[in-house]
Amino acid sequence: MSYAAVHDDEHHDHKPTGIGRWLFSTNHKDIGTMYLVFALIMFFIGGAMAMVIRAELFQPGLQYVDPQFFNSMTTVHALVMIFGAVMPAGVGLANWMIPMMVGAPDMAMPRMNNMSFWILPFAFTLLLSTFFMQGGAPAGGWTMYPPLVLQLGDGLPFLIFAVHFLGLSSIMGAINIIATVFNMRAPGMTFMRLPLFVWTWIITAFLLIAAMPVLAGGVTMLLTDKFFGTAFFDAAGGGDPVMFQHVFWFFGHPEVYILVLPSFGIISQIIPTFARKPLFGYASMVYATASIAFLSFFVWAHHMFTVGMPLAGELFFMYATMAIAVPTGVKVFNWTATMWKGSMTFETPMLFAIGVLFMFTLGGFTGLMMGITPVDFQYHDTYFIVAHFHYVLVPGIVFGIISGVYYWLPKWTGHMYDETLGKWHFWTSTISVNILFFPMHFLGLAGMPRRIPDYNTQFTDWNQIISIGGFAFGLSQLLLVWVVIKCVRGGEKATDQVWEGAHGLEFTLSSPPPFHSFTTPPEVTDATAHS
Amino acid sequence: MSVDKLKQAVLGMVTVSLLLASGAVFAGLGDMPLNLTQGVTETSQRVYDLHMTILYIVTVIGVIVFSVMCWSIFHHRKSKGAVAAQFHHSTAAEIAWTIIPIIILVAMAVPATKTLIFMEQTGDAEMTLKVTGYQWKWKYDYMDEGVTVWSALDQDSNNARQRDSGISPDSVENYLLDVDNPIVLPINTKIRILTTAADVIHAWWVPALGWKRDAIPGFINDNWTNIKEPGVYRGQCAELCGKDHGFMPIVVHAVSQEEYVAWIDEQKAAQLAAASGANREWSKEELLSQGEKVYAANCASCHQATGNGVDGLFPALNGSSIVNGPASDMIHLILNGKNLMPAFKEQLNDADLAAVITHERNSWDNTAKDIVQPADVKAAR
Repeated sequence: MSYAAVHDDEHHDHKPTGIGRWLFSTNHKDIGTMYLVFALIMFFIGGAMAMVIRAELFQPGLQYVDPQFFNSMTTVHALVMIFGAVMPAGVGLANWMIPMMVGAPDMAMPRMNNMSFWILPFAFTLLLSTFFMQGGAPAGGWTMYPPLVLQLGDGLPFLIFAVHFLGLSSIMGAINIIATVFNMRAPGMTFMRLPLFVWTWIITAFLLIAAMPVLAGGVTMLLTDKFFGTAFFDAAGGGDPVMFQHVFWFFGHPEVYILVLPSFGIISQIIPTFARKPLFGYASMVYATASIAFLSFFVWAHHMFTVGMPLAGELFFMYATMAIAVPTGVKVFNWTATMWKGSMTFETPMLFAIGVLFMFTLGGFTGLMMGITPVDFQYHDTYFIVAHFHYVLVPGIVFGIISGVYYWLPKWTGHMYDETLGKWHFWTSTISVNILFFPMHFLGLAGMPRRIPDYNTQFTDWNQIISIGGFAFGLSQLLLVWVVIKCVRGGEKATDQVWEGAHGLEFTLSSPPPFHSFTTPPEVTDATAHS
Repeated sequence: MSVDKLKQAVLGMVTVSLLLASGAVFAGLGDMPLNLTQGVTETSQRVYDLHMTILYIVTVIGVIVFSVMCWSIFHHRKSKGAVAAQFHHSTAAEIAWTIIPIIILVAMAVPATKTLIFMEQTGDAEMTLKVTGYQWKWKYDYMDEGVTVWSALDQDSNNARQRDSGISPDSVENYLLDVDNPIVLPINTKIRILTTAADVIHAWWVPALGWKRDAIPGFINDNWTNIKEPGVYRGQCAELCGKDHGFMPIVVHAVSQEEYVAWIDEQKAAQLAAASGANREWSKEELLSQGEKVYAANCASCHQATGNGVDGLFPALNGSSIVNGPASDMIHLILNGKNLMPAFKEQLNDADLAAVITHERNSWDNTAKDIVQPADVKAAR
């Protein structure tokens, strides 16, 4: 039926050629590919900065860089990884998969899609060019707290405009995703039949629209404080430096879920496929995701317990933070129940998804510990928090994105990737990521502050182990590049369904799919939904 | 490179790192720091107990959840002939794993709330210490005694931490955790500690006291401590505050009430002596030798020991038109600050300011070569 029709269409694909295909692209797959390639490049740029940090921290004393440059490394590493690697990778996956998953030919607003991608290279050119300016690159932390950030030299307006551009790009991407899902679902694709990845992305998109303008407002106030004589954050002029932290984290906490929800969506697709069993508790997954997103707007001050809030404020933010553990727990239990009594196989995507399940949960536990205000007074701004958010961000989110790449790569390219290399990538990454981040818990508890280029000699041994883990993790990621290139160039032909247990509209299309995904909308029934 | 070779390379890499890691762990785990300190105050003990309680709770939850996952992974696999069940929800299970975590969370919230309320009782203090963060040192005001102590990284650590210093950090005792002027606090006394800052946000943290608090310019935060055991307790700034954030440690000497009183008297006497020093004429040699010390402690972290500054961030003093210009302009700038340059009016006395200005005007390739007397500085204030 529609299968044949789709295949017929493929012969009428008229792909633009040359550089114009990419510069002027309005195709969700090409734009998705550009997002993913961009994210991978940024992942290695941000990773190179992490390697500089770990090289300097390999032993006490200053060996390679000056403290100011070290601070630039930690600051720009975070900005590049968050805004350059993880967020674009999430949008790239959304671009590729959402039209295929909801049965649409393309995104709802293809030209805006082009613009939201092409803003990114310009934004990062602005940001990274600050390394060559008077005063150097931003060095006040990615959180940009005033008054420190206002001490930055010529780079400050570049940092602020880069953040504005990134916000514009994200908001356009989010509007596009919402418009696509709300308007372009195939007949029968009701909201409660949407694949979980689509659900997590709709919720992420609403979070983006709500949170990014707040960040833009905050950094604009920094700009006027620096150049136009306002005193929003200057106590001497009647302002309040802590107000910036409130504004920033009102964006910053939802941002955490902007980063993590797509990863939750990805593993919610992958675990049922390889357990050969429907996702456990679909409806409760949707409600749990929505609850997490809702609650994320009421917990921001747990990032700043040490600024000195009234007792009532500290108690409120502690209780609200603890409440997030409930829906998060529901999700972890649902994934576990999906695997329970399944018939599991462990191809690379499943390995990475299980890695997410274990290590994100670990990061969740330390998150709960830090939500307890009185003990957070000790944990705050130490390596304990560095361990926590890296567990959530790397084996929690980056592994989720990588599992999605392995899962859909055969669909995108039409070739199976090299399973042996994929497994090597998983095991080297998993071992090294734990050598890298686990000892940071010990360092933090023992009293090593974060964001320092040099440390007391009692911390040397752990730092050396951490650095070895870091270098190994960095090298392991080259395997991913190799696997992807090899898979794009050729390999065993992938079937349309790709995986034995795979369900969903994207697996009814050919591998690789036609240039315009569904030119005839497919019919969706309760039986075909709910993979 | 063939796949086999890559396999070998990766295997080699993993083996080496595992060996290194496990070797290091087994060789030195006894000496390697692992856990939060129990500290020396009731607050720190309560915080430690709370930390351990929550750590045990999440560990038990973790063991249960991870065991279930591992059981499925080992037993419900296709290669073992497992056939997938097709159930996809269970209202009872879903209600259970919503309600049970809520109960556990409430059980955690109760002791946490009690500890937090205890920590916020800042009233009834017997003495008050005001801590002010500067880039990159601390100022301590003993409010009831009129004593002020400036505390910065000690000279041994400061020498060793310079890039390519050639001094091994291992050779410096308490590397980066020692200061020139430690503060002294009495034990068994409820001390109110106010934190604030002069330039950017800092955070005052001594782990043994059980808390840290931001020091925010324009705002004063209220905290307290009551140290139970005499000893030396070390800490660091915990909020990124610029270039030398990693180099502004805190050292607290906790002593008996008698020793504390004696120390306060000593400080008062020293302050008087320093004030009288400002009223006499100094020789050039005196000024230069004092100036060199003041420069190393207050100026070198930005303007560098060479006087050449850091390009684009901190201007050079070597050959500077201000340093070689009229002395009055230079005194004015140092007293009042400019842009990133802090105002030293409060930080240094007349003699130290005169000494450091004389030192700068006579050092490197500078041509001014004149001397500035404490009286000149006093007149310019």
